[in-house]
Amino acid sequence: MAWRLRFPRSLFWPGAGLAAAALIVSAAPAAEVIDVKIEHVTSPGGIEAWLVESHGNPLIAMRLAFRGGAAQDPHGKEGLAYFVSGMIDEGAGPLGAIAFQEREQALAMRMEFNASRDVMLGNVQTLSANKDEVFDLVRLALTKPRFDEDAVERVRAQILAGLKFDENDPATVASLAWDRLAFHDHPYGRPIKGTMESIAAISPDDLRDYTGRVFARDKLKISVVGDIDAEAVGKLLDRVFGDLPAHATLAPVADANPPFGPTREIIEMDVPQSVAQFGHRGIARKDDDFIAAYMLNYIIGGGGFASRLMEEVREKRGLAYSVHSNLYPYQHGSVFVGNVATKNEAVGRSLEVIEGELRRLAEEGPTAKELDTAKSYLTGAYALRFDSSANIANQLLWIQIEDLGIDYVTRRNALIEAVTLDDIRRVAKRLIEADRLITTIVGKPAAAKGQEVPG
Amino acid sequence: MWILDQLVYALDPRAGLVLASFGLASLAVAVAAEGPQPPPRVSEFKLKNGLHLLVIPDHRAPVVTQMVWYKIGAADEPPGSSGIAHFLEHLMFKGTDLVPNGDFSKTVARNGGEDNAFTNHDVTAYFQRVAKDRLPKVMAMEADRMANLRLSEKDVTTERKVILEERRTRVDNDPGSILQEQMMAALYANHPYGIPIIGWEHEIRTLDREDALSFYRHFYAPNNAILVIAGDVEPKEVKKLAEDTFGKLAPKDNINGRTRPGEPAHSAPIKVTLEDRRAGRTTVQRFYLAASYASAEPGEAEAIDLLMRVAAAGSISKIYKQLVIGDKKAANAGGWYSDSGLDSGRLGFYAIAAKNVSAEELEKAIDGVIEDLRQNGVTQEELDRARASYIAEFVYTSDSQSRMARHYGWRLATGMTVTDVEAWPDRLRRVTVDDVRAAAQKYLVDKNSVTGYLLPVPKQTSLDGGKRVNTTVKGRS
Repeated sequence: MAWRLRFPRSLFWPGAGLAAAALIVSAAPAAEVIDVKIEHVTSPGGIEAWLVESHGNPLIAMRLAFRGGAAQDPHGKEGLAYFVSGMIDEGAGPLGAIAFQEREQALAMRMEFNASRDVMLGNVQTLSANKDEVFDLVRLALTKPRFDEDAVERVRAQILAGLKFDENDPATVASLAWDRLAFHDHPYGRPIKGTMESIAAISPDDLRDYTGRVFARDKLKISVVGDIDAEAVGKLLDRVFGDLPAHATLAPVADANPPFGPTREIIEMDVPQSVAQFGHRGIARKDDDFIAAYMLNYIIGGGGFASRLMEEVREKRGLAYSVHSNLYPYQHGSVFVGNVATKNEAVGRSLEVIEGELRRLAEEGPTAKELDTAKSYLTGAYALRFDSSANIANQLLWIQIEDLGIDYVTRRNALIEAVTLDDIRRVAKRLIEADRLITTIVGKPAAAKGQEVPG
Repeated sequence: MWILDQLVYALDPRAGLVLASFGLASLAVAVAAEGPQPPPRVSEFKLKNGLHLLVIPDHRAPVVTQMVWYKIGAADEPPGSSGIAHFLEHLMFKGTDLVPNGDFSKTVARNGGEDNAFTNHDVTAYFQRVAKDRLPKVMAMEADRMANLRLSEKDVTTERKVILEERRTRVDNDPGSILQEQMMAALYANHPYGIPIIGWEHEIRTLDREDALSFYRHFYAPNNAILVIAGDVEPKEVKKLAEDTFGKLAPKDNINGRTRPGEPAHSAPIKVTLEDRRAGRTTVQRFYLAASYASAEPGEAEAIDLLMRVAAAGSISKIYKQLVIGDKKAANAGGWYSDSGLDSGRLGFYAIAAKNVSAEELEKAIDGVIEDLRQNGVTQEELDRARASYIAEFVYTSDSQSRMARHYGWRLATGMTVTDVEAWPDRLRRVTVDDVRAAAQKYLVDKNSVTGYLLPVPKQTSLDGGKRVNTTVKGRS
């Protein structure tokens, strides 16, 4: 299971979340074509994957995703997908947890699963010399998980301990409260990691039920990059995934109501620095304006020191170490959210500055220079996403999840280049509603109290 | 711009306290694993002005990583000026005559690149990732700010506020970090590794423009730096570019960095207890002073490295099997080896208490694991398995040019040579179970340890409660 980065609010890890990964899927410098040859492989058994062969290093990276992430958690069983992701190497087939993990270590493989809102993500890396044994273990983990009672209890205790720490982490508390305010009873309003109560209520049968419903061939996307050819990939696909059920059984997820405020919730916590999250409804990945909105977000708060919020809040005023924004285009609802952390006395001031900038952007739109910077960064930096096998595999997976087409890598930069100042100004008006923000603040925000807006 | 403290944890439901350290050998580099593979062709040059240049070609993508490593860090700060190395690192983005007005990062962005920097006790590094045709541009910019930094009073005043916010985010808002800071201060009674990289708050408040410029003038020079270029380049062209940019800068005399006060022999173990309503779960940590790769006898650090992998890395480690799977006293447990310090290394163990287990019980359980390591070391099978997975990490690292640049840069800036780095897997292969047990006996020594308790005070409730933090730090024994 992946650890949380110690620098979650650091600029250059924008959004460990789902959408960030989705958004990174964008293109190459206009002048430069990204030189990755993507093959569409279909196995003899009919399982599909995208492959980039790269024999420079004796490694193979596989990324996979099953549709139906945490949004498939039943009511009262929040955290089920997350629990499953933590059980992935806790024993399968003839191997108990310890035997399984000793085998993983002996094979020097890497395997981790992560539950996000809409998809269960899997990440496997192996030395090419060990690929047969490694992918046998992956097959066992997916098709024959044991969910032995002692392993289940161990992982449960770890999740509960984690939740206990999260309760005291202001950024996590602000984020969970924001989701609740934005999505209420919709699955997106519920915590991916669950609650003390829901995690306590999950049984081995629940875990089995989830993998039985979600781990299926028709909702599966796969990318493979590295020291392997198409024929070998075809065989591997059938061996690893062939025994999965043909069809997933997913509970329908309704489209969420677009989240809007004005709402401001203050959660008191005795910390010297208040942490705030702000935002409202975003824009769908399929929307024709998505690319322009993505560029707009870069200009607002997605572009580190090139972004307005960073300039106004940090560079000019020294109000925060980090301030940034993100677009998260989930399948059934999208959000635009940002985060800032400022000492209690001044967090109200930070939020005023942020709201002022958002208002100004909605009214006036970005400048021509900002648009140019966004274009040159986003087109130029696209190639940076393709500098390792693991990164390429990640890009290919998200292009499949978002259904953007196998030629997207070559089309993407032109989409960025095509956005005009008029487009982005129109989209700024459409996207940003500075008077309708949902804001959560965790800490002891002195100045912010007076501005409370009834929710 | 951030801090790379080698003791950086994240609290995660399953992972518990996890070390995310770039100083760890776990981010090591690729050269010979089991079986044949092409080792990277690393080229090394020394420019006339003393700049050390390393080129690591990787032609898979038309992308380049540039890193400049200054052989200077927080442990080289003048007394009373803690945090100045990191403060200067922030200020390095404020401008020169050529790239004024804090435009450094914006200029990199306009060139389709990403940039950042970090500071630790021994090194300060700046880096960019760009398309290969932009390398001349970013190299010229990086060389320019090595010699021509311009700072206004306003830049300094505003950035000091930013750094105080950074300290609140990193330390003051997080009881785990507060405890860690106190444990480090206890572990190093005299050596500056005991002073936090970001600085003590009361000293940060006094840092000014002249402090920053004086540190800059003294330590930033081509003969105190290593330039690492990894990616789609040829060594010859890079050497020419470097000569045309960095090569024009004058070297400096009398760079007396790295003359730090030594650590005296310790005579008693220390315990640090932090009670905090925000603590979540009872957690116990144990740090030991140890040798680093730079300070160890030949072969010794490799043995410590493998010892800690068997003892404490992941869910088949000895501590996890004993405390989490076996006697179920901990929800999670593990450990780490901080191996890259120039003067000293550290070993660490941690455990997060299972429900209704006290810190004292948990500490006793950790003691049991450590006593077993001292008595029995590790088995051949355990050693071989840990070694196979460790050596494979060198291969995984070779998949990423920026990790390669980071690995070589870090190791060269803290005492290794290119040959040392490339022979690393071979040195690991030579480690025996006897070496590992000897390392355990030499370094798992009580009087060289600090034990930290993080205790949630009673009646601590959840999310919405108006809670009171009552922080007490009790140094003891």
